[in-house]
Amino acid sequence: MIWQLDLLILTLVVFCGIGAIMIRDLLGAAILFGAYSFMMCLLWAIMGAVDVAFTEASVGAGVSTVFFIAAVYHTTRRTKD
Amino acid sequence: MKTLGLIIVGLVGAVLVSATVNFPPFGDPESPASLHVSPRYLEKTLEETAVPNAVTSVLADYRGFDTMFETTVIFCAGVACFLLLRVPRRRLPRPRQYRHRLTGLTFRIKEGGEVFLPLREFEPVDSIWTPHDFIIEKVCRYLIPFIQLFGLYVIAHGHHSPGGGFQGGVILGASIILLSVSHSLRTALKRMGEKISALFSPVGVFIFAGTGVLCLGLGYRFLDYQALATLLPVGPIMARSYGILLVEVGVGMAVMGTMVWIFKNLASRGRYDEGL
Repeated sequence: MIWQLDLLILTLVVFCGIGAIMIRDLLGAAILFGAYSFMMCLLWAIMGAVDVAFTEASVGAGVSTVFFIAAVYHTTRRTKD
Repeated sequence: MKTLGLIIVGLVGAVLVSATVNFPPFGDPESPASLHVSPRYLEKTLEETAVPNAVTSVLADYRGFDTMFETTVIFCAGVACFLLLRVPRRRLPRPRQYRHRLTGLTFRIKEGGEVFLPLREFEPVDSIWTPHDFIIEKVCRYLIPFIQLFGLYVIAHGHHSPGGGFQGGVILGASIILLSVSHSLRTALKRMGEKISALFSPVGVFIFAGTGVLCLGLGYRFLDYQALATLLPVGPIMARSYGILLVEVGVGMAVMGTMVWIFKNLASRGRYDEGL
């Protein structure tokens, strides 16, 4: 485990998480959430939990992002709050 | 109200961060989790189930009951999406649009208008305009068979490498979703209709639970795959390996069907006529 890489990815996870909450564009939030999932997947892979990383990559970064985008496509890109 | 929420979130976060200090360090062999259960599984997996990947054997064999209900939860999610979103298809669609395949010209037919078009040369287009992109369509068309092959590999090779029914099922479902995103929902519906995707999820759960009941019927405990040795020409250890494979196929089918089912309901607002 390389701690510099670990720290870099953890920082990106935090930034992606905060960004997904703060951003006003819902499509952007969905994409940031996908990036967050992918960073989490990298973290799992670094920690040696390859099966969990695989699941996170396919479900979190792949399919759930598509579901969010499909929902945004039929509703609105603006948040109220 | 917003500042109050921020203070509460900050306090809870601080408590959680301070609690992580008391965690055992990463990879500590003396931590409670790796003292009793983990060594047992890691040491006995290969000789008891003939599966090198301990994660797969724990998920599908030692803790098979949990995984069965996880699959049921996914099935329930699919049914919930269906019940919330699905509406009956309208008989006469809104103003329709057709594209001439060769020239790319688009025609719009007004509400109630009836025009006979030779369907080989014209294809229906969504009312929300989606540009027609030759490169994306062709690349996805040639990519999808390989993605599906990889999904099948992940399901079948879960015994030896990371992967298994869940991940493979998601990859298989994502290939159909890619077809829908790159072409149109109609193309994906032609390949995998609503009934097929809605059948796949309960059938997958049924295969999982049916394996358990089969073991029960053969005089063993629920999901004790040793029972399959009486049906298959293998010993009880290999029978557990085959039982895991059977269960993984069930999980893969359930997950694939549910992913495609949820996507179709979401992308077309439950109308199944046009969408993302």
